[in-house]
Amino acid sequence: MKTIFEKSKSGRGTSYLPARTPDEKPAEAYLPKEALREKPVGLPEVSEFEVVRHFTELSRRNFSIDGNFYPLGSCTMKYNPRINEKVAALPGFAKIHPLQPAETVQGVLEVMWNLERMLTEVSGMDACTLQPAAGAQGELTGLLLIRSHHAENKQDQRTEVLIPDSAHGTNPATCTLVGYKTVSVKSDRRGGVDVDDLKSKLSERTAAIMITNPSTLGLFEDRIVEIADLVHKAGGLVYMDGANMNAIQGKARPGDFGIDVMHFNLHKTFSTPHGGGGPGSGPVACKKILEPYLPAPRPVREGAAFHFDFNRPKSIGKVKAFWGNVGMHTRAYTYIRFHGPEGIRRNAENAVLNANYLLSLLKKSYKVAYDRTCMHEFVLDGTPFLKKHGVRTLDIAKRLLDFNYHPPTIYFPLIVHEALMIEPTETENKETLDAFADALLKIADEAKTNPELVKTAPHTMPVKRLNEVKAAKEPIVRCYSCGS
Amino acid sequence: MDYIQNTPADAAEMLKSIGAPSVDALFEAVPESVRLKKPLDLPPALPEIDLLRHMEALAAKNKTFDAGRCFLGAGAYNHFVPSIVDALFARGEFLTAYTPYQAEASQGTLQHIFEFQSMMCELTGMDVANASHYDGATALHEAAAMSIDHTDRRKVVISSAVNPQYRAVVKSLFKRLNVQIVEVAHVRGVTPIATLKEAAVDAACVIIQNPNFLGCLEDVAGAAEAAHAAGAVAVASVNPTALALLKAPGDQGVDIAVGEAQALGIDMGFGGPWAGFIAAKKAFIRGMPGRIVGETVDAAGKRGFVLTLQTREQHIRREKASSNICTNQALMALRATIYLEALGPGGLRRVAETCVQRTHELLERLEKIPGIKIPWKAPFFHEMVVEIPHAEAVQAKLLAKGFLPGLALQPIYRDLRDQVLLCCTEKNTKADVEAFAAALAECV
Repeated sequence: MKTIFEKSKSGRGTSYLPARTPDEKPAEAYLPKEALREKPVGLPEVSEFEVVRHFTELSRRNFSIDGNFYPLGSCTMKYNPRINEKVAALPGFAKIHPLQPAETVQGVLEVMWNLERMLTEVSGMDACTLQPAAGAQGELTGLLLIRSHHAENKQDQRTEVLIPDSAHGTNPATCTLVGYKTVSVKSDRRGGVDVDDLKSKLSERTAAIMITNPSTLGLFEDRIVEIADLVHKAGGLVYMDGANMNAIQGKARPGDFGIDVMHFNLHKTFSTPHGGGGPGSGPVACKKILEPYLPAPRPVREGAAFHFDFNRPKSIGKVKAFWGNVGMHTRAYTYIRFHGPEGIRRNAENAVLNANYLLSLLKKSYKVAYDRTCMHEFVLDGTPFLKKHGVRTLDIAKRLLDFNYHPPTIYFPLIVHEALMIEPTETENKETLDAFADALLKIADEAKTNPELVKTAPHTMPVKRLNEVKAAKEPIVRCYSCGS
Repeated sequence: MDYIQNTPADAAEMLKSIGAPSVDALFEAVPESVRLKKPLDLPPALPEIDLLRHMEALAAKNKTFDAGRCFLGAGAYNHFVPSIVDALFARGEFLTAYTPYQAEASQGTLQHIFEFQSMMCELTGMDVANASHYDGATALHEAAAMSIDHTDRRKVVISSAVNPQYRAVVKSLFKRLNVQIVEVAHVRGVTPIATLKEAAVDAACVIIQNPNFLGCLEDVAGAAEAAHAAGAVAVASVNPTALALLKAPGDQGVDIAVGEAQALGIDMGFGGPWAGFIAAKKAFIRGMPGRIVGETVDAAGKRGFVLTLQTREQHIRREKASSNICTNQALMALRATIYLEALGPGGLRRVAETCVQRTHELLERLEKIPGIKIPWKAPFFHEMVVEIPHAEAVQAKLLAKGFLPGLALQPIYRDLRDQVLLCCTEKNTKADVEAFAAALAECV
């Protein structure tokens, strides 16, 4: 397929504004010559209709939740309800300026104030900020809160953050950004945090532990209360990566099992759309002790009216401009209002049910990394296929594309070799799960009887397997074009 | 209510296959002491018909000024969005797709990002752009971080005429990290190059904004030269609409250009989600944060696109990653891509020109109102500062007359008493400008 630059033709285009009239002065008359471009910017020249054709054709080259089962572990690829889109596009939400006086934006302030309360309730915390733009920013915010807390308590010697070896890459990356040293904690044979290893690494240098629960292996940390307790006794705080909240919302609350601060991924648990890689939204909820450090401003209610409170002297400041990805807040609020408390709980129950069901279908042909009841996701270990038939998890993933499925997450978490992490979510039906299991069983068979077919997959996509090594060695990161 | 498809019969069959007596049994690993025994304290579920009413009522409590009555900018711009942007971005194949890690199933997303990267490079005069950042403020912070890594110096020089929220974010994210932030004060709306030059000694980077927060055009080439003379990286935060008319920062010696793509087809939406952009010269490619799409070939020699140079990123480098960013703002970058492709060079230029014309027409009218002062003569793009006696009271009156007035600057710039930052875009017609000027004359 051609790029838009390759479709460009001089003289093509559609006008969206009236042309300059003779009585109007051109822009050049108002601006100094040395500030101006000499040549027009090299953007493609195409008509509106061509743009529509172009993006329609592009859309046909994408898998999506709407079109395909997308069991990506850790991503919670559930149905994205369209009422959320309709609401976010209402002019009253879409066309308002972020700096409008409070009395002109009472509706959106009410949404934000209420969403903070709902997230605080789901997490069992005391306070919340909606400002972080994504989970990684939420992690950053959480660690900055923790650091302010330790600084105020004159505990600046706390420079280390403990992170399980199964953690998502953003966890250690965030530590580095904040200036903390990462100390890795081993996982035990059951897939939980190795408590003895944890004990050996706690010290007066411990600022916090960053834990994910359920873990990135899809397993509930059954010793979480003990773990949190140990960290607290050592003077540290407990941060929870809330990526896997889909499994426990309405069933257990992180604030009740020892967590001091956590982030949510609204684009996972609360179905705001992934959009090809974002936007997300990573609100952070925390206990009272960290509330003073939350970013400014926070929405507050006085009587029946809402406004932003900027008077937060101990705040960590701002982590992004304005108030957060507000369009995602509106979507998540709508989603939670649709579900109510029972719907939220049923989401967790069915996410866990679906995952365990799918696991029960696959156990006979695939090696399970940890033979335990899973939560909303589970990890398979593809090493037997590699050893016996030279077929890698990567090959199995690519072959799944030919069956019209987006592959699960592969090669994560790092502690399982040839990992295949599967998360169906609660919005899938039994027929889809049965058919997916059938496909995986068929591929397991193909690995034995026709490994080449699997190793050279995919065969039915717009492109065959792409050369990533070449892309990195000789980076071509833009078109060259129209006039440059 | 929920979107669950499992019937009780389905659930029973599933539990049988699992070998579990009940769904609750699947939650055994959760310690009894922490299991929730009562429902969450959330408002009761609303079916769609009631929920829509509820949300429409909330939306109705927000007043919009987008039909020509908005004269407020300050980092958020009320631009015209062609209808096809909404229509195309809503396609489920874009909206509900994931990050394009499985490239063969994501050529749509990968190619639209590649086109976005290309067009941002064209606008900024750079060699490489990433797939988007959270917003202009965090993009600026990343540019500073890139400069610190590149030079091994820990001093950041930044003009006070850079957007105050951007400066606040840079400050928050560098706190306690042994980074010295030196602000150079604007003088009569622009940043003095001589002062920048002095401050730039031992700096990792020199940061200016163009047009700056006060609307004025800066001496970009001068600032870049000042940076390079000191061995520092030249960073500019730029307005993408203005770049249809203004020289590309890359052609003026700037090394890293960042900014906010909200002006390119993204609704103001009370502040987000938007899309930051980062574009840089070739030398900085391996320090770029976030996702980058590259061109390659498939096993049959056909062209295709993939995420590339991933060893910079958190999922591979973990604690050694150049940034912690994972999720970006791809869907909003898609809107910008559609917008730029629909408008083309002529269309974007006409938008920029109309903004310039309207704002200057407004200036001509305001100059005639007794009591209104124009504090400086610096050239500007589509925002300008005017001094209005008793500005706060006048702003309130304008609001009551149905206008969204400009931004009072004194809360941010203590010495700019009674000064207001006004903005016009192509959505303000000549009649709107006339009406606003007349209303202001009445209120003064």
